[in-house]
Amino acid sequence: MTVETILIGLAGVLASAAPIIFAVLGETLSERAGVINLSMNGTILLSAMGGFAVAYNTDNIVLGFLAGMLIGALVALIVAFTSITLKQSQVAVGFVLALTCRDLSYFLGSPYMGVTGPRLHAIQIPILSDIPILGVLFFRQDIITYISFIAIVLTWVWIFRTRPGLILQGIGEKPAAVFIRGSNVNLLRYIYTIIGGALIGLAGPAFSLAIRAGWMGTISGLDGIGWIALSITIFGGWNPARAAFGAYLFALLQWLGLVLQPVFTAVPSQVLQVAPFPLMILTLLLVNIGNAEWVERTLAAMPESTRKLFAKLLRAMRASPPAALGVPFERD
Amino acid sequence: MLKGRLGSFIFQLIALALAFGVVSLILISVGASPLDAYKNMFVGSVGSVRKFAEVLVSFVPLLLVTAGLLITFSSGLWNIGVEGQIVLGAISTTWVFRYFIDSTLPPALIISLAILGGMLGGALWASLAGILKTFGGVNEIFGGLGLNFVSTALTIYLIFGPWKRPGVASMSGTVPFPDSFSLPQLPDLRISMWSLGIALLAIVIIYFILQGTYFGLKIKAVGKNFRAAYLLGIPTWQYSLYSFLICGALAGAAGAIQVAAVYHRLIPSISSGYGYLGLMVAMLINYQAIWAVPVALFFAALNIGSIQLPILMKLDSSLSGVLQGTLVLFVLIVEGARQKFMKKA
Repeated sequence: MTVETILIGLAGVLASAAPIIFAVLGETLSERAGVINLSMNGTILLSAMGGFAVAYNTDNIVLGFLAGMLIGALVALIVAFTSITLKQSQVAVGFVLALTCRDLSYFLGSPYMGVTGPRLHAIQIPILSDIPILGVLFFRQDIITYISFIAIVLTWVWIFRTRPGLILQGIGEKPAAVFIRGSNVNLLRYIYTIIGGALIGLAGPAFSLAIRAGWMGTISGLDGIGWIALSITIFGGWNPARAAFGAYLFALLQWLGLVLQPVFTAVPSQVLQVAPFPLMILTLLLVNIGNAEWVERTLAAMPESTRKLFAKLLRAMRASPPAALGVPFERD
Repeated sequence: MLKGRLGSFIFQLIALALAFGVVSLILISVGASPLDAYKNMFVGSVGSVRKFAEVLVSFVPLLLVTAGLLITFSSGLWNIGVEGQIVLGAISTTWVFRYFIDSTLPPALIISLAILGGMLGGALWASLAGILKTFGGVNEIFGGLGLNFVSTALTIYLIFGPWKRPGVASMSGTVPFPDSFSLPQLPDLRISMWSLGIALLAIVIIYFILQGTYFGLKIKAVGKNFRAAYLLGIPTWQYSLYSFLICGALAGAAGAIQVAAVYHRLIPSISSGYGYLGLMVAMLINYQAIWAVPVALFFAALNIGSIQLPILMKLDSSLSGVLQGTLVLFVLIVEGARQKFMKKA
């Protein structure tokens, strides 16, 4: 394998992570505001189908992406309305929507099965694309991949470096405090859930109009992506930069699974493709285990020097969810 | 009138009407006649003895899974990993059958061992999610989802690896077992009275555990208020694990029956989504065991009834999933609206 093919492969990893990046950023925003949008798996499928159908019928790719975002926003609106206004379980509503939207995408999408439609192509950015190594990796992508790079930065800056971002952190951690300072907690939760949903909805067309062009129904291989994105959100500890890292790691592992297939001929290809999932559980365990009570007790019983080392390791990996995640806010 | 049992029943009817209304609009939007679709689904599920037997084949695993989930929901757990627990039940049953393939033991004994093995496999897999939850701090939803993917990978690995058919391995599964390894079926029908009996027995047992035992009361106490139950001296983490084990065993039984009475081999999609569908049934019946049988039967009938849709009307059979999902969604919405309305009134 030459350096050139490896570089092109890695550039492909960046591109194939783009849809997951949008989904993870959207979910991060929503959960930062205190709302779990568990519908992600269905939303991505429905927006992939809907985005492709609109782009195909109008022959306009931009409309396809907008349709995907609209679908995501509408599904998120149902989650927000049922959980914030009607105070039903977020998990229940999200889960039902995850299944319903998936089946709806298969039902409505059957006329588009295997149809060839419009798709995005790579745009070489002049000058930058000629930089050795970096040019191939970053500057010969399609537009949606460029947008995914920008989206990571924007979301990070928004959450951690702006005043509205500070309020966003507040409504997920201590909504009562934000309320006292004059913000409308529930309205903000609606807004962030819907914006987050629109981002999740962008993930669908980012598949069906770019890296996996077309709609293939049950065999598109998209079913399950949303659940992965959900675990990456936790792996990311509700931080856009760390979440993006998780998405790239996942895409890298999947690519490695494909590349290494000829090496491990004894292992069926289907197994290598799911190799990231056990790793995902392991990382979830590492991220969460610092929160468990018995770990703290074991740590306390350790000799001073080892304890410091372990405590440092655990703290580096540990992530705690926003304190008010999934908890409805009521003025009283 | 809007209070109490009758009121809640009226609201459920409203939810049912809304769900059918929305699905009818979806059907009209794709140029299909809603009435024809519903009629075909009805005839396709109860139109003949053979079709109704198919409904029962689908009803058995769904009821078993729902019964198990009633326990985990009662203890406040979202056991989304139930799908993988079905799969591990099926894998374990297949393993037992393979182990005894050349033995001279009576088939009835082997089948019993295989089903018990399936229950054990499902319970052990569920305990993984339980251990991750109680000792690793991993939310059962995410641990369970990850384990579901792992279980699917394990199935595919076994079918294409160690347990592959002689010659070429394929997605059609492992070599079918001899007829003697099959749960006895009714003549000319695919349903076995044994599997139906196991499923009905399971829901009755769960009903009594939850309604009439101290154990069930403790499970519910843990679910209602974890902290209070702990302070009252209930070993909460143990009861969480018990409920995972019971649910896993019942999901494992569902997987075992899929192997021993339906497919007679291990196939890649052995769980057929019954785990997720069971979660929907449990939500729809608001975790009341008494309603499990009729609602699971209704969902099974929708599943079977929709199989004919692609042939008769060129509609995708996923319509049943859309209808089931919309129904649960509207029940949640209408229930929320009722609570809000009653509070104001």
